[in-house]
Amino acid sequence: MASKRGRMAQEVNAGSMADIAFLLLIFWLVTTTIASDKGILNILPPKQDPNVPPPEIPLNERNIFNILVNANDQLLVEGEYLDNTNSLSDDVKAFILNFGAPNADAIALYNSLPESLKSQANRDPKSSDHPLTGGAVVSIKTNRGTSYDVYLQVLDQVKKAYFEIYAERVGITAEQYRALSGKNAAEKELIDRGKADLPMAISIAEPDKSGGN
Amino acid sequence: MSKFKKKNKVSENIPTSALPDIIFMLLFFFMTTTVLRENTMLVDQKIPEATQLQKLEKKTLISYLYIGKPKNTALYGSEPRIQANDALINTTDIALWVNQEKDKRSESEREMLTISLKADREVKMGPISDIQFELREVDARRVLYASVGKLD
Repeated sequence: MASKRGRMAQEVNAGSMADIAFLLLIFWLVTTTIASDKGILNILPPKQDPNVPPPEIPLNERNIFNILVNANDQLLVEGEYLDNTNSLSDDVKAFILNFGAPNADAIALYNSLPESLKSQANRDPKSSDHPLTGGAVVSIKTNRGTSYDVYLQVLDQVKKAYFEIYAERVGITAEQYRALSGKNAAEKELIDRGKADLPMAISIAEPDKSGGN
Repeated sequence: MSKFKKKNKVSENIPTSALPDIIFMLLFFFMTTTVLRENTMLVDQKIPEATQLQKLEKKTLISYLYIGKPKNTALYGSEPRIQANDALINTTDIALWVNQEKDKRSESEREMLTISLKADREVKMGPISDIQFELREVDARRVLYASVGKLD
């Protein structure tokens, strides 16, 4: 008799359980904000010494990819108007991987790239010489009146171009590359292999004064 | 008929021994996933969208600056202001604030201090560049433009 009752009691009335779970779920949804420590990392240049003038690094015009955003959030990319930032990363990618006039180091870098990236080298003499230090530089210049949202979109697209190149070098997707944390040696090695000799050369100029506050 | 009634009476007592376990499980789930906001927001916060997000691993290395239009426009005006911890500060106070934040961390961590700029999408570049200039002055050069993922 006792054993029979015990077996019967095993069936739990699960009807109200769903209500409780929903109640808690709604409570959680209402009360919490998921902490998002996500964003676009940017390393600012070091402080300028007022007594020492900034070092003049001669760069050819063809080695600079100019992105200008004015106070009306209009884009001027390499002297041409752009309506939106959607295609910007492809242009930046083509610019970085141009290899117009590579030196010995750049040729060695070129040979180390996978075929898919090699095929993107246009060898345009009017575009960047090589992606090594002192080669391709992406310059973003804003105005004090430019909205932060548009600036972030532009920076986002430029970063996207670099991340895609890095990821393609090590044979993973850009999402996987960005998710690498460098916590263990294997991840660190992947990160370093991706960006070796291909520095993220993004120059963010001081905004000019007109049109802002 | 009477047989059915008898059965119903038996199943009325539900074993509730598993309920606390479930509640505890949910409790632990909440505890691990949620972060309590330490300070109330004094400025508008509509974080801009971006695609190339990176996540920072060490939360202790992050300090937050909130930039946006003050919620209390009657008191603080409608121009974007900077909120650090619990108060609105001026651009000139950033250096002091950064040094205080650096003092909270150990010697080895100070170098890696990251300032998370939680700026409203309505903010213009003027205030942002002023902040960045101040951060460069005090050598807190790691900046994270906080943004949320965009669905494309």
